[in-house]
Parts: sequence; structure tokens; C-alpha cells
Amino acid sequence: MDTNLALVLVLTPFLGFLLNVFFGKSLGKTVSGTIGTLSVVVSFAVTLYFFLQINATKQPIQINLFDWMSFSNFNVKFGFLLDQLSLLWLLFVTGIGSLIHLYSISYMHDDENMHKFFAYLNLFIFFMITLVIGSNLLVMFIGWEGVGLCSYLLIGFWYKNQDFNDAAKKAFIMNRIGDLGLLIGIFIIASLFHTTDFVELKELILGGTNGGETFWIAAAALALFIGASGKSAQIPLYTWLPDAMAGPTPVSALIHAATMVTAGIFMITRLNFFFDLAPQILNLIAIIGAITALVAATIGLVQNDIKKVLAYSTVSQLGLMFLALGLGAYQVAVFHVITHAFFKACLFLGSGSVIHALHGEQDMRKMGGLKKAMPITFFTMLIASLAISGIFPFAGFWSKDEILMTAFHTDIPLWIIASIASIMTAFYMFRLMYLTFFKEFRGTEHQKSHLHESPKLITLPLVVLAILATFGGLINFPGSNWLNHYLEPIITKVGHEGSLGATEYMLMGIALVGAIVGIGIAFAKYIKQSQVPSEDTEITGVSKVLYNKYYLDEAYTIIFINPINAASRFFRDVLETALSSFVFGFGKVAEAVGTQGKKLQSGSIGLYLFAFVLGVCILLTCLFIAQ
Amino acid sequence: MNNILNQIGIENYIFLAVILFSIGVFGVLYRRNAIIVFMSIEIMLNAVNLLFVAFSTYHQDAQGQVFVFFSMAVAAAEVAVGLAILVSIFRNLGSIDIDNLKNLKG
Repeated sequence: MDTNLALVLVLTPFLGFLLNVFFGKSLGKTVSGTIGTLSVVVSFAVTLYFFLQINATKQPIQINLFDWMSFSNFNVKFGFLLDQLSLLWLLFVTGIGSLIHLYSISYMHDDENMHKFFAYLNLFIFFMITLVIGSNLLVMFIGWEGVGLCSYLLIGFWYKNQDFNDAAKKAFIMNRIGDLGLLIGIFIIASLFHTTDFVELKELILGGTNGGETFWIAAAALALFIGASGKSAQIPLYTWLPDAMAGPTPVSALIHAATMVTAGIFMITRLNFFFDLAPQILNLIAIIGAITALVAATIGLVQNDIKKVLAYSTVSQLGLMFLALGLGAYQVAVFHVITHAFFKACLFLGSGSVIHALHGEQDMRKMGGLKKAMPITFFTMLIASLAISGIFPFAGFWSKDEILMTAFHTDIPLWIIASIASIMTAFYMFRLMYLTFFKEFRGTEHQKSHLHESPKLITLPLVVLAILATFGGLINFPGSNWLNHYLEPIITKVGHEGSLGATEYMLMGIALVGAIVGIGIAFAKYIKQSQVPSEDTEITGVSKVLYNKYYLDEAYTIIFINPINAASRFFRDVLETALSSFVFGFGKVAEAVGTQGKKLQSGSIGLYLFAFVLGVCILLTCLFIAQ
Repeated sequence: MNNILNQIGIENYIFLAVILFSIGVFGVLYRRNAIIVFMSIEIMLNAVNLLFVAFSTYHQDAQGQVFVFFSMAVAAAEVAVGLAILVSIFRNLGSIDIDNLKNLKG
């Protein structure tokens, strides 16, 4: 029963993918979109069933389908593990996935390749489910690679634009660097523990086996972290995520904000017992996370593309999650993943609604005053912005506050960095809101006359997500701490219970004041003084550095891409020329000998006979002399 | 010794064979008519047969003479095939001048 249901859970989106790939075009847009959405809704329903079951029984469900590979002392089973963590992840992957599919029916309706879009989205959900419920590292790796592929396909969905193709390639290559790290981590774990199964690994490690070598444990943890930082866009591999905004907006919402980019956090949480063995790597994770949060937030301050702002905000929030992971507060990171999925999906879908209304305009300098024309979009995005800024009592307040609290209790400098990052978050989110929705419309007259609220299929997911962004914090409300208790079987060391003393209230107050200050600065700048960010050419000073993302892409071009290009030119021009002229040399010699030799075959029988006689004479003479 | 070698020495047979062979070689090299080339080859063959027979007698050994029978039988077959080829060439080209047979030029 459970096995069959689990197969339904995994394979329905795959079925949706197959149907859309092979018959999508002939089925028509509405049917194709409905198939895509329904297949995810079915998965969501099954997830809900399992979730309720596990909530009652507390027993993880292990499903072994077949033996995948088997060597003398190393067996890999192809199986699924439905436990508290994977079901939690599945809930928001399939839940938000369903909403975004629904949204896409309307959003992508004018696209000629809509069936392809839904096929890719379904394939993504399929791989994401595989990633989440894989019972060992290798099954997880299938999903891990699969979501990377789907991300590539969807970023480059509008393949006629070369810039978008480049962005897709960039995402794929950056992820590949991370994937290599993950693979190396898996290899080290497999060689140390002779298993990749999560349950067995946990038993081994909690039973005291540590593989014997702390060095290799740390190496594996570092390699896994590199894998996570590739997929979850951390320094130094984050540059692909902002460029990934080239994809259609629902893709940005689903893959590049809510689900796929949290895979790294999922993996580290899944292996929390393993990472606990390598405290120095956890430290590194915390530092990288904090720096990423700050760097991405500073870049987000000056971006003018509405989706770019959200992209950098995503990177920044992911940094905060990694900070929590590094501090050993895995459950806090998971909490923030969930609330972030709600409000960030809402923000992206809202920005999609705006872009839709403006016929593809993404530059905030050409927006403004949309509040009246698009009340639902405005209101839902406002809620989500309040949530991400950490305003009481929205979801982001609780999760971000827990991260800050954990940081405060462990490492004050990291707390300061994270606090600055969240003040910046509040600033750039409200900069976005003010520039987009307030004051006068700055676009063309033609756009102005067409301003309209988006259709119901677009606003419905927005409303649902806004409600979730409002009340999402309740799942780990201090005092009840439902999420912490729920995750207890997964996370071996659940940190402090969030008991609320004077310090905690003070910290909450500081965070809240910080957020309000951020919003206040944005208000003063963009409402009171009615500033509009200057044109690209007029940006100067620090903001120019920030606007150009610290020139990191350029630096990567100089440090990595140019040497690689130079090396490949060298190999092509010098090495390959040398090698091929050597190989061609054989052919040339044979050809020259043949060209000369064919003249001997003149067809003149007399000459042949003469040569024959001459040869016999020479032979006889030789024999005679030899005697 | 009461055989023919007492009256005519073995060296004369060798000279004759050499002369015949040389005539054959020169015929092959200098004549253009395929039939004459063919005949010259036969002369060379028979020069060798003559040597066979002469030495067979000289050594008082019948083996050489047996070989000559074989060689003559094979030569007869070869002549039949060779002439047939020549007829076929003549039908195709209307000539049996070996200088015209250049179709296999590389």
C-alpha cells in the first residue's frame, strides 16, 4: 500500500511530463496546463496523506524498490525514505508547486510552447521529489542532477534569446562545479562507511563509528558543502542565480526561490549527524552563509530589475539559512526555508503579475503607481514584503528572529553581520514596493492605458501564499515549537528550546526596530524625496560597484574563463596542430609513395616483360656470385 | 657407355638449350605480336625440357624424363588457355598487338 502510494507520489509528475512532451501540442494549451497542474496536485494529496500518517505514528516509512548496485561489501538499494524531514519538504514542494502550476496556466497562456513549459515543470517536480525522498545519497544524487537539468531547460526556455541561453549555461556549469563536490563527498562517505544509506549512516555514526579519520570526515563535509553551495547559491558559486532570472517568472518562483535552491539546505539537514562530526566545517558554513547574506543584500540595494532584486534577496536569505546550519541550528534553517518559500514565491509571483501587466517590463524605474490598478497584487506583495523584512507578526519575523537569536547566542560578529543584512533586506524590499506601486506611473502611455489586475488564476495563488506568509510563523511559534518537536527524530541535537527570556525579547525588539529603520529609510528616500534610481550610465561611486555586483562576474571572467579560453586556444592552435600534422604525416607519406609508384604500372606489357627478364638475370647473377 | 652422349657431348646440349632459351627471351622482348610472344615462351619452355632430358640421360636417371612428360602435358593445357585468351582479346580489340593492351594502366 505504502509502496504503491509512494510510486504514485513520484511517478504522477513524470506521467504528466510524458503526456505533455508527447501529446501536449495536440492536446491544446488548456488541457496541457490542466494535466501538468493535476499531476502535481495528486502528488500533493499523497504527500498530505503520508504527512498525516507520520504525524500520528511518528514512524518513518522505508521503501526498498530493488537492489541497484551490489559489490562485495557495498550495496546500494534503490529506495525511498519518507520521514519527517522529507515529508515536510514534499509538502511545500508539491504544495507551492501546485500553486505555481496553476499560476502558470494563465501566465504562460500566450506562449506557443506552453506544453513544453509544463512538461519541464512536471519533470522538475519529479526530480525534486526523487531528491527529497531518496533513501540514500545516490538516489538523492539522481534528483540533484535532474533538478539541475530542469533548471537549465527552464532558464533557457525562451531559447531564441542568446542572453537567456548563456544564463542557462552559466547556471548549469556553476552547478556542475558544486555537483562535483557533492559527488566527491559521496565517494568519501562511501569509502569510509561502506554505505550511502541515510538510516544506516545515522546508526553507524550515532553508534560511535566515525570512519576513523577526522581528516577525511572533514574533507567529505567540505566537499558536500561545496555541493550545497553550488545548488543553493552561496559564495563563491552564487553568480548563476541572479542570471537565472532569465527564465519565465513562475520558474524563478518555483525553482530559483522556493524549492531547488533549498536542496543544499535539505542535504545538510539530512546529514546533520555527519556534519556534527566536523565542527570546523560547520564554522566555515556559518561564516560563508553570513558573508553571502551580507554581500547579496548590499548588491540587492541598488538593483533596478524587479526580479534581480528578488534574486539577490533569495541569495541573501539562503545565506541566513546557511548561517543557521553552520551554527548547528538545523531546525531553525528548515523553519526559515519554509517561511521563505511562502513569501518569496509570493513575491516572485507578484512580480510576475506586475511584469505581465506591463507586457514584459522589468525595470522598476519604468514602473510606479501600480497600487490602484493592481490592488490584489499590491496587497499580497506588501504582506510578503513585510514577512521577508521581519515585521511582527508575519512568518519571516519568527524564522529570521530565531536565526538571529541563535547567532547572538553563539557568535556575536555573525549576529551583527546577519542583522545588518536583514536591515538591508527591509530597505531593498520596500524600495521595490515603493518604486513599483507608489507615486506616479513612469512607463509609456500605451502601457498605462493597458494597466489591469491579473486574472484570477494568477491572483489566487498570490492570495494563498500571502495567507501562508502571514501565518506560516505559527508552525514554530515560540512556546509551542511544533516544528522543533516534529523534527526531533531527524535532528540529533535540537538546540535551545526557544525559551523566552529578557534577552530574547530584547533581540526581537532590536530586529524589529532594525527592520522598521530599513523601511523608514526607503520611505524617506523614495516617498518623501520621490527619488528614482538614476540611469545606468549615471550611476557612480559605491553604488556603481554594487550595481555591477562587485564586478565579480568580470573577476571570474579574468580569473577562470580567460585562462581556460587561452588554454583551449593553445590546445587547438598548437597541440592539436602538432598532433594532427603528425598523424596526417603518415597519410601524406603513403600518398606520395603511391603517386610515384603508380607510374610503374604503365600498362606496357613489353616493359613488364623486360623488367621480369632483367629481374631473373639479376637474381641468377646474384646466385652465381654467391657461389 | 653406349648412349648418344658418347657421340655428341653433354656440353653441346647445354649450348643448344642456352641458345634456344635466349632466342625465346629475345622473342618475348622484341616482338609485339602476341602469338609470336607466345611461341617464344614455348621455345623457352622446350629449351628447359631439352636440358631435363639431356641431364636425365647423363645421370642415368629416368626422373628427368618423367618430369618432361608432365611439363609437356601442362604446356599443352597452357597453350589451349593462352590461345583462347588471345582469341578473346582479338575479338574485343581487333588486334593482338601487345602494345595496345594498356587497359590496366594505373
